[in-house]
Amino acid sequence: MSKTHTIRKGLNLPLVGAPSAQVEDFPLGTSFAVNPDEFVGVAPKLAVKEGDRVQAGEPLFYDKKDPRIQITSPVSGTVRAIVRGPKRRLDQIQIEADATTSYHDFGKGLPQDAETAKATLLNSGAWTLLEIRPYARMASPNDNPKAIFVNGMSSAPFATEASIALAGREEAFTAGLKVLNLLAPQTVLSLHAEESAPVLTQATGVDIHRFSGKHPAGNTSVHIAAVSPLNKGEVIWTITAQDVAIIGDLFLKGQYCLDRVLSVAGSGMETAQYYRLRGGMNLSAFFAAKAKPGAYRYISGSVLTGQRIGAEGYLQVNAQQVTVIPEGQGTDFMGWVLPGFGKYSVSRTFLSWLTPGKKYDLNTKLHGEERAFVVTGQYDKVFPFDIYPNQLLKSVWAKDLEKMEALGIYEVAPEDFALCEVICTSKQPLQHMVREALDILHTEMN
Amino acid sequence: MKFIQNIFDATRPAVTTGKLKPLYPLHNALETMMFVPDHNAHSGAHVRDAIDLKRTMVTVIFALVPALLFGIFNGGYQHYKALGLLNEAMGWGQFFTLDNFIFGAWKIVPMIAVTYMAGLGVEIYFAGINKHPVNEGFLVSGLLIPMTMPIDMPLWMVAISTIFAVLIGKEVFGGTGMNILNPALTARAFAFFAYPSFMSGDKVWVNTSVEAGQSVVDGFSGATALGQYATTGSTSFGAWDAFLGLIPGSIGETSTLLIVLGGIYLIATGIGSWKIMLGSTLGAVAMGLLFNWAAPHMITESQQQFMSIPFYYHLVFGSWAFATVFMATDPVSAAHTERGKWIYGFLVGFLGIMIRVFNPAYPEGMMLAILFMNVMAPMIDHYVVNANIQKRLKRVKA
Repeated sequence: MSKTHTIRKGLNLPLVGAPSAQVEDFPLGTSFAVNPDEFVGVAPKLAVKEGDRVQAGEPLFYDKKDPRIQITSPVSGTVRAIVRGPKRRLDQIQIEADATTSYHDFGKGLPQDAETAKATLLNSGAWTLLEIRPYARMASPNDNPKAIFVNGMSSAPFATEASIALAGREEAFTAGLKVLNLLAPQTVLSLHAEESAPVLTQATGVDIHRFSGKHPAGNTSVHIAAVSPLNKGEVIWTITAQDVAIIGDLFLKGQYCLDRVLSVAGSGMETAQYYRLRGGMNLSAFFAAKAKPGAYRYISGSVLTGQRIGAEGYLQVNAQQVTVIPEGQGTDFMGWVLPGFGKYSVSRTFLSWLTPGKKYDLNTKLHGEERAFVVTGQYDKVFPFDIYPNQLLKSVWAKDLEKMEALGIYEVAPEDFALCEVICTSKQPLQHMVREALDILHTEMN
Repeated sequence: MKFIQNIFDATRPAVTTGKLKPLYPLHNALETMMFVPDHNAHSGAHVRDAIDLKRTMVTVIFALVPALLFGIFNGGYQHYKALGLLNEAMGWGQFFTLDNFIFGAWKIVPMIAVTYMAGLGVEIYFAGINKHPVNEGFLVSGLLIPMTMPIDMPLWMVAISTIFAVLIGKEVFGGTGMNILNPALTARAFAFFAYPSFMSGDKVWVNTSVEAGQSVVDGFSGATALGQYATTGSTSFGAWDAFLGLIPGSIGETSTLLIVLGGIYLIATGIGSWKIMLGSTLGAVAMGLLFNWAAPHMITESQQQFMSIPFYYHLVFGSWAFATVFMATDPVSAAHTERGKWIYGFLVGFLGIMIRVFNPAYPEGMMLAILFMNVMAPMIDHYVVNANIQKRLKRVKA
């Protein structure tokens, strides 16, 4: 019997361009790349040089501080280029892929104990699918997590539905859960209140918790707060349901394959639907074929937390969805005084509140300039935690570590502030602020 | 629109380089007023709400406009009434007249202009020093300040009060968002204590300047309702007139009806905190009822009379309504936590009525009550937030 939690605060952005449930394959192409930036907390040290041959699942670079953590190649092929930024910072590793991927063989069969499971996860690069709370960064093999939270219900705009992503991968998902069970005393699977896919609702060896409500009801921080709140010193690992299936396949087939079924949505797509794509692939051919021409923003991830990649960009290795929305253009004459019938706002200061059911084709406009914190009580409406967001953000802004701790920063991730950022009157970069604060805290504490 | 944009584009190089650099904040402020800039979200969320601080502030201004227009008419109305030039039989026909409007506007528009010039001057100067864009907070303060002044306030006093408020009330604390006291009330309090003869008594609320052949009617008193109560224990004004606003007082405070309409607009748009407004109402009603109960036990007769007036009189006389809707709800100087807003609001109403009744020297208790609660608000927040912190600590121990 599962328990249903109702999340009362939140906001579903009324965006046009929702995906249909149809799934389609798209040729992977031969151009791949991995950006070390994507792996929060990893100080990259190269394991390959230009011209080297790699198989899928073989390391491209590893973490200087903990060499056990490896980031591996999503394809087999030749390292085409290593792109460095200022101060020789490692920006990107580009790979020219073979026509058919050959996988490094990690051996078939489910592990019997935590140590072998960990070893294979680390060697294959599948370790990078696990994220740690607090700090919202890559998990460390030294952690002793009190639980692993499997997210089966992202509520971000146009998020990939776990039931669609897992169709046909039931066996892998079940196997993946078994592996996770070895790593922590408790595994929690969070699902939509109305979820009916048997692969999720009949999952065994896990505690199923159901959540209803608007975004961020599907954020893992919300699930943790409801099921097993994090205290200082405790650690929880998080992972998405589709990535559990990737881990399952790793042990069933012995191959680390980053093919995912992703929601590709937004008003910039000709047909918003699901596509089977591989992490790290170049999307220029995909966007040329499937997106509308024009000035659009291509996002690896959701409109709330995703990474801007450009029309020629590479899909992030662990991206969970893709969104294409119009780029904002031009100034807005007297926009702050005029009635604003077509402007989306959760406040009712624009007359657009007269049309509550309307969907919007929102672009990337900031609609103003950055200002000091003035308005209070605004974030509370979309922030369903027992935390005072204004006070926490002010302590973050002042870099007051003790205050942050006391006010509950360990219980949140940057993504939990995404909605606050959307509705912020003062246009403050909240996610960035929280990210920085968590990084500072991690450095101070470890 | 294109030619306006061209003017800004043409003058931009002059203020971004060279000697005119200090004028950049002014250029930027004017440009962003004409055009919401074309900035796009670069980090974090890729879509944003259309609201910004300018929209927030202009919403408050929209809410203030009815009370301001009424104040302009009332300025003329009170003047001509004092001179006995009105035909009492005409009712509202003698209120909304062009004469009243012209007289009131002649007095009030210069006050607004002076306030904006003085305040924005200081703001732009500090924006230049601190190298940040001009914050929009003063758009509202600049309208609130004249609306809390008597109609006969000399312009230079308005200017000095404004400069004091922006400088000492806001910029020394770090500018918009950092101030402890409500800037508009700081200006009023400064004027109140620096120029008491222009801010209180029974000579300042109605303009009684006469031209040749005119004279003030016999028996005229320019005192406000609260002034009368403080001296005699009774008032010559009816509660209904006070609710509609046909009484002397500060420019914007008299019409409870229009202020309440403004308050409803602020609540509907989500800009003003209904918790503070309702809290202040409950506080004022509680104090009023408490006074009714305590009235028979008072020593002096005038105090007995003042205390025994029906509690709702307190809501229509004086500045309670204006202060509750537009002053107490300033998000920066009020309590920041939702629970704190209830406490803060309640005490604003409670203390405001207490001061106005107990101390005849300060019939405007609301001003002092809000400034006092501005100082106390961080403490209220501290205890509210601390409860949350304690809850978290307790969970660790459990």
